[in-house]
Amino acid sequence: MNQPASAYFLEERHDPTESHTLSVLVQNEPGVLARVIGLFSGRGYNIESLTVSETESQKHLSRITIVTTGTPMVIEQIKHQLDRMVPVYRVVDMTLTGRSIERELAMVKVRGGGDNRVEALRLADAFRARVIDATTESFVFEITGNSAKVSQFIDLMRPIGLVEVSRTGVAAIGRGPEGM
Amino acid sequence: MTDKSHDPNQMTGAAMIVRALIDHGVQHLFGYPGGAVLPIYDEIFQQSEVEHILVRHEQGAGHAAEGYARSTGKPGVVLVTSGPGATNMVTPLTDALMDSIPLVCITGQVPTHLIGNDAFQECDTVGITRPCTKHNWLVRDVNDLAKVLHEAFYVATTGRPGPVVVDVPKDVQFATGTYHPPRKSDVHVSYTPRVKGDATQIRKAVALLAGAKRPVIYSGGGVINSGREASKLLRELVEVTGFPITSTLMGLGAYPATGKNWLGMLGMHGTYESNMAMHDCDVMLCVGARFDDRITGRTDAFSPGSKKIHIDIDPSSINKNIHVDVPIIGDCGNVLGDLLQVFKAEAKKPDIKAWWQEIAVWRARNSLAYRKNSEVILPQYAIERLFEATRGHDTYITTEVGQHQMWAAQFFGFEEPHRWMTSGGLGTMGYGLPAALGVQVAHPDSLVIDIAGDASVQMTMQEMSTAVQFELPIKIFILNNQYMGMVRQWQQLLHGNRLSHSYSEALPDFVKLADAFGCVGLQAIKPGDLDGALKEMISVKRPVLFDCRVAALENCFPMIPSGKAHNEMLLPAEATDEATAAAFAGGKALV
Repeated sequence: MNQPASAYFLEERHDPTESHTLSVLVQNEPGVLARVIGLFSGRGYNIESLTVSETESQKHLSRITIVTTGTPMVIEQIKHQLDRMVPVYRVVDMTLTGRSIERELAMVKVRGGGDNRVEALRLADAFRARVIDATTESFVFEITGNSAKVSQFIDLMRPIGLVEVSRTGVAAIGRGPEGM
Repeated sequence: MTDKSHDPNQMTGAAMIVRALIDHGVQHLFGYPGGAVLPIYDEIFQQSEVEHILVRHEQGAGHAAEGYARSTGKPGVVLVTSGPGATNMVTPLTDALMDSIPLVCITGQVPTHLIGNDAFQECDTVGITRPCTKHNWLVRDVNDLAKVLHEAFYVATTGRPGPVVVDVPKDVQFATGTYHPPRKSDVHVSYTPRVKGDATQIRKAVALLAGAKRPVIYSGGGVINSGREASKLLRELVEVTGFPITSTLMGLGAYPATGKNWLGMLGMHGTYESNMAMHDCDVMLCVGARFDDRITGRTDAFSPGSKKIHIDIDPSSINKNIHVDVPIIGDCGNVLGDLLQVFKAEAKKPDIKAWWQEIAVWRARNSLAYRKNSEVILPQYAIERLFEATRGHDTYITTEVGQHQMWAAQFFGFEEPHRWMTSGGLGTMGYGLPAALGVQVAHPDSLVIDIAGDASVQMTMQEMSTAVQFELPIKIFILNNQYMGMVRQWQQLLHGNRLSHSYSEALPDFVKLADAFGCVGLQAIKPGDLDGALKEMISVKRPVLFDCRVAALENCFPMIPSGKAHNEMLLPAEATDEATAAAFAGGKALV
């Protein structure tokens, strides 16, 4: 019960956290991304991954995919806070609907020679990664998949001679015939 | 080709702004001129439909507009220049966001080609005000201006009200374009606040209420924001159900203080009976309040045995701090209307006599009691006398922030909504004086009193000059204890009575200061002086600074000590040094 002298209730609750993927349909207008990101930083929410692009240029619509973590109560808050923003059309919790596909693309640069080169190509083949650039001492692989698969591929490349990685972040879409 | 010069809707951006204000029924505008808004000020000069109130600091304009909005239910409108004009508005904008006050703030901006150039008096206004507005816009094309202005008024006043900013570069103010009157298509299709509550949820709520043995209604500022009808419906609900009712600081006046079911304010400095009722209830009906931390105390011990119903227009208020069982998203007035209808048709007044008897026991503790004193004026006594003196007058009260604010909330009885203007969420010292200006502008013949503290009042003191210029007879009733009283109280209770920088040395002589401003200065030092001086304050039709010297070390009780639950309140009668030290366990021992 004891807490330091303060006019605020300081004890934090440590409920278990969950990871959720949110799809947010927004009006593509100046500052809209800053609004969304500002909400997360201002209210202390986490962003694990963020992907944004215009998806319907005629209607000036953009789709933001956010992977976030928090307690169930915080995740609910995040959705409501996003939903009440003026330029936000819809917020869908892809994790909650349970019927979504998530994909991420990464470009992975690997440097090395001899056996390492052969090993890199063999692993790439197993992961269905494509070679999109090659020199006598390096490759750039393009790999697509869910985040875990992409991470696993990167981890395997590390001892072989991983130079750098560029990841797009997660994009998600619901299964079946309906749109969000 | 048609001759556009004869089209009455062809006009400059500056003219569009004034035209839009008129189209939205704006009669008063609070502002301060500067380089980036001169074209708008030129338009204001050439018309007489909108009256401009010139303040002395942009923060004053913002709080005045808040007072205006809170006392009328209409949006408050502010016009300030770029750079420092805009940054000085950040405090009132944040204040308005926290307390859900509709403000439309128009800021000037440097010309579009200079944006991003670190031009003179440039700042990233939309960037800076993004987190402290409901929405904001930078208008780069004069042909977008009419649409944005109309949308700004719509967004500010609908749903959960709040402040908006429209940033208009100077070249857009000069440019000519086409104006159109407000129309529905001006608003983002994505902005659709929900007004009507879900019928199934309302039925669930009625079932809970009808079966309650120990119910309590807890209302908040949302009822006031929803309009007078909501307060009427709330009163009817209390009448029909016979339930006890308490309210947050922001909700005072929605239910009358003389009403027989009134428990007094709840929360950190609320009454014992209201907090105990909240703690021990079996059904809680929260209407337009948000379970703020000043209300709940420790959240894991908040009203542990109750089913909670929460009516709020903002879905993000639901389950934010406290899990509720029956959320109803919608406008308070609208939902209360539906709820009443269902209750009257399907439920009977539950028998809660035993509950009222329990409440009577708590009430008998008389948690607002204080020791009378014939030598010095006690602040509680001062508010009581002020309340007596204003009886029969058409009174509006504003406050600053601190002990005086809590005493005003405890000892001044509010019978009607829209009569009580205070900075609840943000807790802005310096709010009350300019807010009183705004209230007086809206209600020129009413008695408008700012209950102030000696520290707070100095934060926006310069606005006395505005009061004199516009002949606004506001009364600034200063409870002068020569301390930042609430800071000193917490230092005493929580920091070993080390009064670090909470003593106001070198206070101005408020009576002479009043004289210097050209208003009336009054003073009361002994309890016997008070009634006469108050009478004079009320009768004089000029702005007054009233220096009421009160006991310096009085603490504000009752109080829920930090990190404690509602049933662990500290009452004034029990607040001996030892008991206080024990109650604030974890804090340093008191001297």
